[in-house]
Amino acid sequence: MAQNSNQLPLWEVFIQSNSGAPYKHVGSVHASDKQMALQNARDIYTRRNEGRSIWVVLSENIAASTSDEEAEFFDPSDDKAYRRPTFYQIPEGVKNI
Amino acid sequence: MNKQEALINYFIRLGDNNLVLGQRLAEWCSNGPILEEDLAMTNISLDHFGQAEFMYDTAAELEEKGRTADDIAFRRSERQYCNNLITEIPNGDFAFTTVRQMLYSAFAKFLYEALSESKHETLAALSARALKEVKYHYRHSSEWVVRLGQGTAESKQRTQFALNEIWTFTGNLFEMNETDNILIAEGIAVDLNSIYPKWVFTVNEIIKNAGLEIPTQTYMQKGGIDGMHTEHLGHLLCELQYLQRAYPDAKW
Amino acid sequence: MKTEQAKLDEFQARIDRDEKIEPKDWMPPEYRKTLLRQISQHAHSEVIGMQPEGNWVLRAPTLRAKKILLAKIQDEGGHGLYLYSAAETLGIDREELIQQLHEGKAKYSNIFNYPALNWADIGAIGWLVDGAAIVNQVSLQRTSFGSYSRAMVRICKEESFHQRQGYEIMVHMMKGNDEQKEMAQDAMNRWWWPALMMFGPHDTDSAHTHQSMTWRIKRESNDVLRQRFINKTVDQAHFIGLTVPDKDLKFNEATGHWESGPINWDEFREVINGKGPCNHQRMSHHIRVHNEGKWVRDAALAYAEAQSKQKAELIPQ
Repeated sequence: MAQNSNQLPLWEVFIQSNSGAPYKHVGSVHASDKQMALQNARDIYTRRNEGRSIWVVLSENIAASTSDEEAEFFDPSDDKAYRRPTFYQIPEGVKNI
Repeated sequence: MNKQEALINYFIRLGDNNLVLGQRLAEWCSNGPILEEDLAMTNISLDHFGQAEFMYDTAAELEEKGRTADDIAFRRSERQYCNNLITEIPNGDFAFTTVRQMLYSAFAKFLYEALSESKHETLAALSARALKEVKYHYRHSSEWVVRLGQGTAESKQRTQFALNEIWTFTGNLFEMNETDNILIAEGIAVDLNSIYPKWVFTVNEIIKNAGLEIPTQTYMQKGGIDGMHTEHLGHLLCELQYLQRAYPDAKW
Repeated sequence: MKTEQAKLDEFQARIDRDEKIEPKDWMPPEYRKTLLRQISQHAHSEVIGMQPEGNWVLRAPTLRAKKILLAKIQDEGGHGLYLYSAAETLGIDREELIQQLHEGKAKYSNIFNYPALNWADIGAIGWLVDGAAIVNQVSLQRTSFGSYSRAMVRICKEESFHQRQGYEIMVHMMKGNDEQKEMAQDAMNRWWWPALMMFGPHDTDSAHTHQSMTWRIKRESNDVLRQRFINKTVDQAHFIGLTVPDKDLKFNEATGHWESGPINWDEFREVINGKGPCNHQRMSHHIRVHNEGKWVRDAALAYAEAQSKQKAELIPQ
């Protein structure tokens, strides 16, 4: 599909708004190479200073889980409550923990 | 000509290059070869108009004649514009526009780099600001020249043709007149001879990477900065100035 | 294995819980088809809309007006891009979407089949056309398909400046000389009714509405949105001395609504079926530009392919 497209391959765009913040997916652009993809992403997704850093990835390189798989993929973590800090009882007054 | 007059001329010249080139790029609106590039070109156009406005605002302030940036942009006649010729020639195809942009932006990059050190505070500040944008224009256009030069037989042919046609206007970028001489002596303007070698080196590299050849004909067109233009400028101004000329007393 | 009915029921339950449907989720074929049609038509509209405005950008009367219009056109192109992006998450390529547009299989907003005849039209387009679009788009922020909803949220953030840009032009002209006032009123006369038609047929005549509302693709009906637009816009028109070209327009004290006269649905049908002033022009422009640009896209692809075979420095520093 993308390979034969004359509209150039599709890239997914991720923007980091501030230093240290996670990269957020904002949409996609068409481009034939990395440089073009980065510039297009900058022109389209950061016109209002929305970001300080951009990642672009060819869409075909993204692997995604589906909602059908959601149950088997994500439910098991739900019953492992000991992974969360709120599971444990710490006496009041104890600091730095 | 005194220093003040030279300064005003200089700002107007910088403004004119941006105004005219901005107008040329805006012609690509809804005409780009792919939507992303349509946006890229109008983005560059917008940058140019922004720079034009700053330069004209400064000139108007220095003049103290009560003219506004808009008056300078829209109310002069053909012989009063001092842009370089390369900015006013028609767009041609995408290769033509891209080659022109590359040749001009490479020049503008070195020009603004040098002007960022100008003894005139405002000029230095505006140049530093414009430089950021110009670096992007330069990168964008030069990468495209390489893509087109190396792409297909057709793109290579179109790009070489463009280079052959536009080359004759490149010498004009380095032309100087009395305005420059006065301001160079004051440490305000830059001697374009000093940036010429950098421009030559850079452009040669790009053209080599693009698999193209520098045209061998050496006749260089002159004019622009002294108000001697190609026949193309008149038509461009026609469109640009239309509403202000048709309704001279109207405020928009 | 779930039955079709079970899958449909589960899908509807998700919709009713106001959950977002994402591209890889199961969805009824009709839902997918409707979305694809709606999103791509929305995208096409943004791109076609660049034509009438691009027509005037070279003649904008001040530097400020020029910059603002350029920024607006960029936004529009950008919106087209976000929407094509959203459509592509459904597994279709933009190349195919463009082909559908060229073959007349996909439509674009009827409003752009009207010409921008003078500078006031740029004002009217920003104020009325973008104004109508905003009403529609704000509502669509809550649409059930995730990609579309996110694109709408992004678009809405950017859209309000467009309407202000247009209204500001009208404000200046209505404060101007007689020629400017005449121009502004003329533009108003020509764009008002087409703007009302942007909301689509009356609810009673709209075939798609019921299913679209059940699946929460559409959150509010055509007439509700149209009335919202009329109410805010009539006041804005009167504020600057513009006459709404509707001799039957009257304010209903009880409902607080401005009641519009009858819309000319014959005109709507004619134009949507190709018989408007600019249908042919908009399409041939798009087709010509697309074809003329092919060698550029080919070159970019050829270069990228060659590059992936070798690394090279593109430009000297």
